Formats: sequence, structure tokens, C-alpha cells
Amino acid sequence: MVIETRAKNLDAVFGALADPTRRAILARLASGEATVNELAEPFAMTQPAVSKHLKVLERAGLISRDRDAQRRPSRLEPKRLAEASAWLEQYREFWQTSFARLDDVLDELQGKKSTRVKASRSSRKE
Amino acid sequence: MLFYPESFKLSTPTDREILIERDFNAPRELVFEAFTKPDLVRRWLLGPDGWTMPVCEIDLRVGGAYRYVWHKESCNITMGMGGVFREVARPKKLVATEKFDDAWYPGEAVNTTVLEESGEITKMKLTVLYESKEARDTATRSGMEHGMVAGYNRLEELIASMGVRV
Repeated sequence: MVIETRAKNLDAVFGALADPTRRAILARLASGEATVNELAEPFAMTQPAVSKHLKVLERAGLISRDRDAQRRPSRLEPKRLAEASAWLEQYREFWQTSFARLDDVLDELQGKKSTRVKASRSSRKE
Repeated sequence: MLFYPESFKLSTPTDREILIERDFNAPRELVFEAFTKPDLVRRWLLGPDGWTMPVCEIDLRVGGAYRYVWHKESCNITMGMGGVFREVARPKKLVATEKFDDAWYPGEAVNTTVLEESGEITKMKLTVLYESKEARDTATRSGMEHGMVAGYNRLEELIASMGVRV
């Protein structure tokens, strides 16, 4: 399977995304930065519990926080999510594009014109 | 007529497995050849455009080794993997170990390819069995509770809900 070399870093990303509360926090941060206080309220969680989740998200590079500012608002880092999504897409993409090629090889071996619907191939992403 | 790409399915039947299913419009013997003859394998087991397979060696017998190396010229990336055949039952079944050179998951995986005839169609089931759930989830980058596909869909939903352009 074809993967990018930075895949190792994605462990932390997927570990972070495995938790429903952390996904909800990310969804909230998509609409703008928020402090621990602002996050604790809608999720009915204590501040230490929210802080714990934020630490995991920060380690995974999914959010960033100002070190010095007192409020330390959390901000979404969408680039990380995009990387994670791209990785998973690669897994499906690898097999789907490979099998489309295999269809052609099998048709050729049988002396057939391609029976495959061409649109499936031309519409695929690079 | 069947729309073959539509038959593609990814699932996680157990904690340690990934199952890939696909139908092919060819006799089973031919599909088996396409999975085991280097000259054929290197023509299709390539993933997205831009990759080639400079190394494709297959010693098709129990205890025999296989070795694949992929290369992407435009990015100058090379990656390799290989393993050993545990069972060769032409044209029905193949069992082989799998290990990437830069493995990012613990232990080896075991690939079982089963080909079933259904009229003129060959139904392929490829099961990848990892040593542990953790290995599988790490290998697929998915620690999510409902497996890779569910995880993938969820991630897509999340991204869509966030309005983040990916």
C-alpha cells in the first residue's frame, strides 16, 4: 500500500480523533477559537477534563494554543485534519485504482474490449 | 451488466482484520494469474497514477518469498514490502505474510486471498489479519471504534460539518 512517510505522526491524530468529545471540541473550534471555560460549558465538563482533551489535541497538532496569553484560547489547525483525511483516502484510492487497472489487464488477457465503465476511471482523483 | 467498481467493499469483520471485496469479470484461473505472475502484478498493483513497480518478485510456493517495491518518480519516493507464502492453492486461495520495510505497525500481517467462482464472475475476498487490534488500527491509521470505513466516514462528516476545505 502506498503511504506517505509522515504517517507515523498521524498515529497521534487518529488517536485524538477516536474520542467523541474531542471530535465535538474540534467541531466547535471550527467556528472560531475558544478558551477552556468556553469549551467546558457546552460540554458539561470540568475545566481539568477539557484541558486533558485539549492536551491530546494539541499533541496531535490538531489545535494550537498561545503559550503566554492568560486566556490561552484554542485554535483549530485544519492542515492536520486534511493530512489525516488524505491518508485514509489513499488506502481506498490505492485499491480502487489498482483494481480498475486489473479490470483492464483481465479484459486484455481475455481478448475483450474493456467492459468497465470508463467514467469510473476518468472521474478518479490524482 | 454489473458495474464492477461498485462491487468494491471495505469492512472490518473482526478487531484484527480488514476485508477487501471486489468482483472481476474473468475466470478464476485468470484472476489467480493476475495476482501471482510478476509481469501481470506490476501492471496493476500500483495505486494512483504516477507509481511504478521496479521490483516485483514472486516465488509462488509454500515457504517462497515475494518482494514488491514501488517508486514514484515525481516525488522520488520508494517503498517496499514483502513476505512469505504460507498456502498456495491454485486457483482458489493464497495465504502470505506481509511486512512493509518501514513498518509503522507491530508484527506482521497475514493476507488471505480467496477467489470464488460465481457464473462468469470471480469474487475476490482479501483479508488482512494483523497481530492485534492495535496493529490493525495503527496500520490503517484508524483508532476509531467502528473500524476503518466507519472511521473514514466519520472523519469525512466531521470535516464537512466543520466547513474545512480539504
